[in-house]
Amino acid sequence: MGLLGVLMRRSVLLIYMSLELMLNAANLAWVAFSHFNRNLDGQVMVFFIVTVAAAEVAVGLALMVALFRQRQSTQAEDFATMKL
Amino acid sequence: MNEILFYSLAALTLGCGLLVVANPFSRNPVTSAMFLVMTILSLAGLFVLLGAFFLAAVQVIVYAGAVIVLFLFVIMLMGSHELPRRAFHWLLAAAACLVTGALAALLLRLLSALKTQPPAVGAPVEGGTALLGRLLFTDYLLPFEVVSVVLLVAMVGVIVLSRKEAA
Repeated sequence: MGLLGVLMRRSVLLIYMSLELMLNAANLAWVAFSHFNRNLDGQVMVFFIVTVAAAEVAVGLALMVALFRQRQSTQAEDFATMKL
Repeated sequence: MNEILFYSLAALTLGCGLLVVANPFSRNPVTSAMFLVMTILSLAGLFVLLGAFFLAAVQVIVYAGAVIVLFLFVIMLMGSHELPRRAFHWLLAAAACLVTGALAALLLRLLSALKTQPPAVGAPVEGGTALLGRLLFTDYLLPFEVVSVVLLVAMVGVIVLSRKEAA
């Protein structure tokens, strides 16, 4: 579902939320494996994923704000050129 | 009881996740963010059912508390007007559905091909703070330190990125 969102939505913000959905799906899989293998390692991995995801969201949103200052838009099509 | 809880939480997660991506009633990004909160909270409930109590708390505090607030800040900063309804690209939508469907089919095929084993014997582990903390500071000490450096780098990077030009 998250992948569908990344591919279909054209607002950068919504693409980012879809990325979060995909990360959460991966987290759920880790926790489930950890539960059924009677092993805590998976949960430690989820802890790291959550930490890195938080850092990544902070950086991504800062980039988005910087882009918005340049282009006055949050649509992905408006960011199609590399030149600022 | 647990099964009723599991199925209702799973349905809530999937439904809210769908509404984050494609909401037929609203094109406001704030609505999507709110449904993302709902998704995350029901995921935290699923974590509790799986015995990951610490992670459920982390999920609520870090995601619902910090990440969503960050999202809302940025949405407010950019003006929370409705997103413009642009021409719907049928080709793009078809391609996206094709790729996602192919991936889902692949995953389902993989899942059915897996030899299902009974879960490992022994009492279910419960990820309380004490157990996870001990594991973090013994077996996973190096990754833990690396993650803290990653957070520091992200913090500095965000400050540099969001600084006004010509400051």
